[in-house]
Amino acid sequence: MKVMKKVLAVALMAAMVVSMTACGGAKGGSSTWKIGGIGPLTGGAALYGNAALNGAQIAVDEINEAGGINGYKIEFKAEDDQHDAEKSVNAYNSLKDWGMQALCGTVTTTPCLAVAELSAEDNIFEVTPSASNPDVVSHDNCFQVCFTDPNQGSASAKYIGEKKLASKVAVIYNSSDSYSQGVEETFVKEAANQSFEIVVETAFTDDSKTDFSTQLQQCQDAGAELVFCPFYYEVAAVILTQADQMGYKPIFFGVDGMDGILGVENFDTKLAEGVYLLTPFAADATDERTQKFVKTYQDKYGETPIQFAADGYDVIYVIKAAAEKANLKPDQTNEELCKALSQAMTQVSVDGLTGNGMTWAASGEVSKAPMAVIIKDGVYVSVE
Amino acid sequence: MELVKYLINGISLGSIYAIIALGYTMVYGIAKMLNFAHGDIIMVGCYVVFICMSNLGIGAIPSIILSVVICIALGMTIEKIAYKPLRKATSLAVLITAIGVSYFLQNSALLVFGANTKSFTNVVTLPSLTLAGGELIISGTTIVTVVCCIVIMLALTLFIKKTKAGQAMLAVSEDKDAAQLMGINVNGTISLTFAIGSGLAAIAGVLFCSAYPTLTPFIGSMPGIKAFTAAVFGGIGSIPGALIGGILLGIIEILGKAYISTQLSDAIAFAVLIIVLLVKPSGMLGENIREKV
Amino acid sequence: MKKTTKQTLITLGMVLACYAVVEILMALGLVSSLMKGVLVPVCIYSLCAIGLNICVGYLGELSLGHAGFMCVGAFSGALCTKFLEGFIHNKAILFIIALFVGVCMAALFGFLIGIPVLRLNGDYLAIVTLAFGEIIKNIINNIYIAKDGSGYRFAFINSKTIELGEEGTWILNGPQGISKIPRISNFTIGIVLILIVLVISYNLVNSRTGRAIMSIRDNRIAAESIGINVTKYKMLAFVISAAIAGAGGVLYAHNLSTITATPTNFGYNMSIMILVFVVLGGMGSFRGSIIAAALLTLLPEMLRGLSDYRMLIYSIVLIAMMLFNWAPKSREWRDMMVEKFKEKRLKKEVD
Repeated sequence: MKVMKKVLAVALMAAMVVSMTACGGAKGGSSTWKIGGIGPLTGGAALYGNAALNGAQIAVDEINEAGGINGYKIEFKAEDDQHDAEKSVNAYNSLKDWGMQALCGTVTTTPCLAVAELSAEDNIFEVTPSASNPDVVSHDNCFQVCFTDPNQGSASAKYIGEKKLASKVAVIYNSSDSYSQGVEETFVKEAANQSFEIVVETAFTDDSKTDFSTQLQQCQDAGAELVFCPFYYEVAAVILTQADQMGYKPIFFGVDGMDGILGVENFDTKLAEGVYLLTPFAADATDERTQKFVKTYQDKYGETPIQFAADGYDVIYVIKAAAEKANLKPDQTNEELCKALSQAMTQVSVDGLTGNGMTWAASGEVSKAPMAVIIKDGVYVSVE
Repeated sequence: MELVKYLINGISLGSIYAIIALGYTMVYGIAKMLNFAHGDIIMVGCYVVFICMSNLGIGAIPSIILSVVICIALGMTIEKIAYKPLRKATSLAVLITAIGVSYFLQNSALLVFGANTKSFTNVVTLPSLTLAGGELIISGTTIVTVVCCIVIMLALTLFIKKTKAGQAMLAVSEDKDAAQLMGINVNGTISLTFAIGSGLAAIAGVLFCSAYPTLTPFIGSMPGIKAFTAAVFGGIGSIPGALIGGILLGIIEILGKAYISTQLSDAIAFAVLIIVLLVKPSGMLGENIREKV
Repeated sequence: MKKTTKQTLITLGMVLACYAVVEILMALGLVSSLMKGVLVPVCIYSLCAIGLNICVGYLGELSLGHAGFMCVGAFSGALCTKFLEGFIHNKAILFIIALFVGVCMAALFGFLIGIPVLRLNGDYLAIVTLAFGEIIKNIINNIYIAKDGSGYRFAFINSKTIELGEEGTWILNGPQGISKIPRISNFTIGIVLILIVLVISYNLVNSRTGRAIMSIRDNRIAAESIGINVTKYKMLAFVISAAIAGAGGVLYAHNLSTITATPTNFGYNMSIMILVFVVLGGMGSFRGSIIAAALLTLLPEMLRGLSDYRMLIYSIVLIAMMLFNWAPKSREWRDMMVEKFKEKRLKKEVD
């Protein structure tokens, strides 16, 4: 038995050492653009990762059909990070072994902060579809397609104040989630300059996101006419249902994470009537570009795309625009590409699904107009 | 009035904890093991009801019955495969196995049903009760939950006091070997305990998801741990203890959120557990048992 | 040479040999970036597994809160680095100070939590450590620390009480965690830490203290009756175990540039993952812990397509290992195999 154990131990160690080299990646292959994608494809945040990377895949297919970027086809490879910084770094390294030249990712904020440090070191150009923390773009090589958290918070507060939607406002946020807390912080800050008053600020955590009776009770007792909900849609679905059970009917106002609420399985969409959300993308917009994208997405993946899908789609077109502006070829080194792309980013203007005439500052933040939609008869309708 | 509203919410939540706690308390009393997977049986029960109702279009009552049957079968299978061979093993080994089973159920559900949140349809169609001139609204779900909880407690107490099988349970929990000598089928009794606990878990799950309508593969673990707290609070092995413990924990949790801090709600719930275990590990209605070599 | 000394030397030699092989391969450019990236996590999880093994394998108590100690180590270590970054520029010194602080803080928390927890045992102890792990995570998510022209600012729960000036930066921003931590951790540091921890751990378990700890595991009441101070030894083992997990946390924090206290990295799931390493490697075997941690960290990365099944496989590993070790039928079978093996050997010797 003991001998067996020893043999086993040695064999395992040997196997491990051999395996380390087995994955030694082949570099090169410069006749195509190699764009990597990182996002949570499994686990709790899988919906966002899948949507964003599926959207990116559609853009890649379209561009390849139309002849590629500067005449070169794109190869796209998506890797899973399970919404975890450590896994994300592994995914990044695995894409680096594959020979990635530009990165569409990562989809979620915390992993993106970790990966951005590495991509800056390695000179790999990075555009994130949806990591909204302003720190994400602190390096020169990294750009955002989505709004930053502060942007969303203050834009929401301004919108509510200017449209005079309510005079008493309550805020419920996820105090264990960086995105939610980031938006909430700036919302409250901006609210001080607006005509409405914040009567309740209350929170929940990832470990207690089923029972909202207390939080809703607090809002109701304080007489809040509008509840600001800076968190993801699956929680929003619970809150709306529970508020309905209590007979509490304020206006609910969400940000981009709220998008997708109509797609929650078995959710009674009647409850979402009159919900406002600030999102750059609405799947039922009537412009030709959106309709074509939505149709392709539905045909290919069997569901209606959410905003993350549109963000992912735009990322690929943004990379294309920058590469064309700088007239780059995939046989250049990553360093040259990264430098040229980063410079070109500040000069391009892209009409995408999530905004017309998007431009970027050297800091990496996007400039585009936020758009508010309201849910009417089970679909998003733009409000002006 | 505010306080009354919070208390009602607390009692409603507490009743669900109490029903789940029964499963823990009975299994712990008889098999002397912490069945970590109990919370995940709740989750399985919820998914069964969800699929029956929204995908197969079966009515609420038959769905719940089917769910109870499936959970009973699941509970007994788990006991047979994973726990029975470990009767003579150290408690550490049993606990690790139970954690393994819990993880197995969660991750199987993740593979089968996916990670996407599903919105659970409320099975209770009772209208809500309006009191105090519209000031106080008690939802139908709350009423059904509390009534269910009381009925289950009474039925279970009667079952243990009046039936042979119930008396056998008491005997096994007191002394396994002596019970065996008296001609009691110990393995059968333990199996029965798991069956009852799992059946109750299915009912608790349906009530939980009706009140808090969200369904993911991880839905069971938090209420599971909190219900264990409730079971310890009331005194493990005691049925009225589970009721009192559950309702008290529910009230503490809601009041803690309302008057202390919603940010620290997890910390508050767990702090209760720690304090109870330190101050009176035998719980309010439990007996002190001296350990012997 | 004593048998225990031999065991220690074999394990240390094994770690060193692995290090040498990997370093040589790296120098030859044969190691992929993916594998380079996983080397430090392998060290982190090996450390945590060794720490938990002291608690589970030698003390015989299940802790489900080791991710909490890792979390304390990671956050206090990272905070320390952030505070001192401006004053000390030597990375090695910076890391050593952070390591010292992280380990001390984890040990302190282990001690504080140990006072109440160790009065319990068995299932109750497990569930209370779980509770403490969750509380730590919950509290860290509510701490805010910032720095601006007028000095450091602290806040608890409500970040809005801090009004930052123009030049102000967040150091620890609640759920957004700590970002821009210098990435100091590397494979060499990880291996050195493992070697140190191994020497300490082997010395502990092979000493008089270690035997006292094991006697508590085997029979607490009997140990007490022969005059062993149960609380003292339990506490000692628990604190050392927590401190080692804290060292793992410091390494973790300085490996990624950002840390946040989320359920995936410092929650119950992480505690279970470390437990899987310990159980698979064999409770009471440090060497096994390292091998299991390395294997289970490397394998999923190489089989990236299987990530859906990773946790499912872990759960099956837990159940199967326990049944293999304890189920009467598997014990009979094992005894039979050992008998056969012995017979064969006997025959050989006779021949």
